[in-house]
Amino acid sequence: MTLLVLVPFAGALITAVMPARPKLWAFGFAIATLVVGLVTMFTAPDTDLVWMEPLGVHWALEMDGFGKLMVLLTVALVPITMVAAVKDHDKRWYAWALALEAFALLTFLAADLFVFYIAFEATLIPAYFMIGQHGGPHRAKAALKFLMFQLGGGLVLLGALIGFFVVSSDAGSPSYLISDLAQLDIGTTAQRWIFVAMFIAFAVKAPLFPVHTWLADTTEQATTPTSVLLVCVLDKIGTFGMIRLCLGLVPEASAWATPVVVVLALISIVYGAVLAIGQDDLLRLIGLTSLSHFGLITLGIFAATREGLVGAILYMVNHGVATAAMFLIAGFLITRKGTASISSMRGLEKATPVLAGTFLVAGLATAGLPGLSQFVSEIMVLISAFDYHWLVGVVAVTAIVLAAIYVLWAYQRIFTGPAQLSRRPVHDLDRREVGVLVPLLVALLFFGFVPGPLISAAQPVVAPLVDVIQAGE
Amino acid sequence: MFESPGISYATLWPVLLVLAVACAGVVVEAFAPRAARFNTQVSLALAGLVAALAGTVAVGAGSALGASTGEGALVIDGPGVFSQGLVLLVSLGGVALFAERRLDNGVSAFAGQAAALPGTSAERTASQRGLEHTEVYPLMMFAVGGMMLFCISGDLLMLFVALEVLSLPLYLLTGLARRRRLLSQEAALKYFLLGAFSSGIFLYGLALVYGFAGSMSLADIGEVAAEEGSGPLLLLGIGLMAVGLLFKTGAVPFHSWTPDVYQGAPTPVTAWMSAATKIAAFAAMLRLFYVAFGAEGDIWRPAIGVVAVLTMLLGASFAIVQTDVKRMLGYSAVAHTGFLLTGLLGVQTDAFGSTQAVLFYLTAYGFATLGAFAIVSLVRGPNGEVGSLDRWAGLGRTNPWVAATFAVFLLSMAGLPLTAGFIGKWGVFAAALGAGQWPVVVVAIGSSIIAIFFYVRVIMLMFFTDPRDDAATVSTPSYATTVVISLSALATVLLGVIPGPVLSLLVDAGGFIG
Repeated sequence: MTLLVLVPFAGALITAVMPARPKLWAFGFAIATLVVGLVTMFTAPDTDLVWMEPLGVHWALEMDGFGKLMVLLTVALVPITMVAAVKDHDKRWYAWALALEAFALLTFLAADLFVFYIAFEATLIPAYFMIGQHGGPHRAKAALKFLMFQLGGGLVLLGALIGFFVVSSDAGSPSYLISDLAQLDIGTTAQRWIFVAMFIAFAVKAPLFPVHTWLADTTEQATTPTSVLLVCVLDKIGTFGMIRLCLGLVPEASAWATPVVVVLALISIVYGAVLAIGQDDLLRLIGLTSLSHFGLITLGIFAATREGLVGAILYMVNHGVATAAMFLIAGFLITRKGTASISSMRGLEKATPVLAGTFLVAGLATAGLPGLSQFVSEIMVLISAFDYHWLVGVVAVTAIVLAAIYVLWAYQRIFTGPAQLSRRPVHDLDRREVGVLVPLLVALLFFGFVPGPLISAAQPVVAPLVDVIQAGE
Repeated sequence: MFESPGISYATLWPVLLVLAVACAGVVVEAFAPRAARFNTQVSLALAGLVAALAGTVAVGAGSALGASTGEGALVIDGPGVFSQGLVLLVSLGGVALFAERRLDNGVSAFAGQAAALPGTSAERTASQRGLEHTEVYPLMMFAVGGMMLFCISGDLLMLFVALEVLSLPLYLLTGLARRRRLLSQEAALKYFLLGAFSSGIFLYGLALVYGFAGSMSLADIGEVAAEEGSGPLLLLGIGLMAVGLLFKTGAVPFHSWTPDVYQGAPTPVTAWMSAATKIAAFAAMLRLFYVAFGAEGDIWRPAIGVVAVLTMLLGASFAIVQTDVKRMLGYSAVAHTGFLLTGLLGVQTDAFGSTQAVLFYLTAYGFATLGAFAIVSLVRGPNGEVGSLDRWAGLGRTNPWVAATFAVFLLSMAGLPLTAGFIGKWGVFAAALGAGQWPVVVVAIGSSIIAIFFYVRVIMLMFFTDPRDDAATVSTPSYATTVVISLSALATVLLGVIPGPVLSLLVDAGGFIG
């Protein structure tokens, strides 16, 4: 299982020094990671080695159903974005992308909180350079803002990490294994502090209102392949952590904080969607739709019913696929028009029918159209929201309406209407671009009709969590 | 009758060797011909330090550990010997940086003739003749000897003597810069005046503590204090002694010399001094507070906590507005003192406690600061080193390796995972939180966020900003400097990825003994 982390990491180093055809090497390593990921998913045993004895840190990796879904999403998205990125990114980006993949995989595999934390923080360095080295004119500033938010959240998480150490050493010998930490009997006050620290960190990561402000700036300035890796892979670590660590380790405090979290989630859902409607910059728009979606995921997590949690896990996968498609299509559109401003585009439908069609499919998936994968997860989350409180359900349901507005209105403004007269003809998607999008769209359709495999992977993870929480109530 | 104290030369010879090499250096200065001095001094210093390091390792591994010698004046215990070894390691790097002569057309970073007034013909003559001060090596060795004694001082008098032995050469070395001499001399004067005051205050406190306990020995003071409880004499004494030590470590409100001295001193001196002085001062401080004043923890912990909070916040905040890289690192050193003081608030335990945390932090910080200042000495313009951060813009494009290494040091100081600084920061926070000092830890986390901002801003400047017309260039250093930088970077990364061996070593070394 260590191999799954080492392959992309070695790939990053080799790509960085390879003088000839570094991008091909990077792509090769991404494919190798995909293969290793698929193989380890079914064969590899868990890893558990002592790493730093005095601190009770173990190099412990394991993959449950939830982990498998996130690993699958990660190893599949990286090679796809690499193909999408090939024209306007140099080898530094490819090396950083592989490093990012290695650390992201490590967070999803970590069975030791310390290892999780290290990987959680280490993802920021590649992300920082990916934003800073490629993208819009204000990218350095966006990278700094991104990093400051994330590191701030990370340091707060460090407080929780140390809190666990103190509790764990008081209880005997220190251990950072998540399975050991789950056994600890933590006092109510300490548990609440630890929860607050962890939640702040994951809320920054996910992001949730009111610590979301880095998101739109980052997606605006970064290139779209970078945004895909940030929003579709990296941000998932936030919601992943909420399930794995908040619910898993401090369930009582999670139940205690649920009302506040639910309100924040509802604000994120509505506020993100309303902001998205008002955006003129397509990339900001997509970034803000994610704020709305992460609100729904968080709502599903903290409603803490079986449907809600399964729905949230599914949502993480489906949102990853749908938003990746949205970002990449937007990226293709922007390379053609040279701007991300919606108001400077119109009538592209006739010149670029394939582009328009894929945009519509991905957009409707985002909006939760039945038959496309995100619908299933959205419905499950909404059911759990109604279970929690009917008022919460009512507010959350507006997400569907608002999503339809921001997707369809954007489509209308960009693609319909009289065609622009332009000296430079706009070409439709070429074969490489279609090739990038096909796997994503197929996945959207397939999991829309056959969500069974995803649900059965998530079920066993969710059941014990829900039992613990319901026993607590 | 007067009996002479028994001295265990078997455990003390590394210190004595360093001091002997210093004396030998003075003799060389007097009798060796000028042409031979540089090589003789450098090899003498290097050989002395290597031998002393080997000796310290042998003492640390040997059975003599845990004994005191010279009637309790010197205590050979695990933490003391560890910090001695650390001082020696950093000083080896220091000698290598002192001996750098390739960066500035064949002359060292030190003034050709310190007595020549800046801007006079005497100065010009000295620099035309290529004169240089080789006295810096014996001066440095005296300071190293003082630092090693400071780490293991078991009584008040030895503590004071060691403090003076390590301080006086530092004042001199600060004033010996070849370029921007007025700045350097001003820094030296400031450092000397404030340092002399703080020594006086320290001595006063020492006298009061002696008046209270009737003994110079730290262990005896600890016993008396535990039996009789504290009195005004003791409390005043603790406060005044703390002022002396807090001055040396650059804690707020005794920090004002730090940025000036870091900026004014020749960069090799800054590199070495910032690491080594901090190690020695904190080793002594840990011993003083745990062994002698351990029983008064309830009284000094809140006070040190307040100092730590102020130091972290002010150090990090002032570093943000600095435009000179050496001043920025100076204020960052102040902030690090605050983090180290946070670790001091913890308690000694058999497992990973506050002694281990502070010593690990010192190790991490020592290598990072040595390497960072060594890189500062490489970044030059037509008039010597370029301190102005604006002119560092775009360094990541012109010299990716140098910039990347500097980024590693900065990230370690910022405390990012997979660097030594992270484990260090984790340790001191854990030590303080374990002792229930959560308000200080909360401030420490807040200041870390502030601190990250200015470290990351430099990285952003180097990698994402276009170079200016008068951008600094990187000169090619001699092998010695390259080796120092590479080894520091290697240590910074290794201690972050596999800190296990060093942590275990520290845990095995145990706590301070009386």
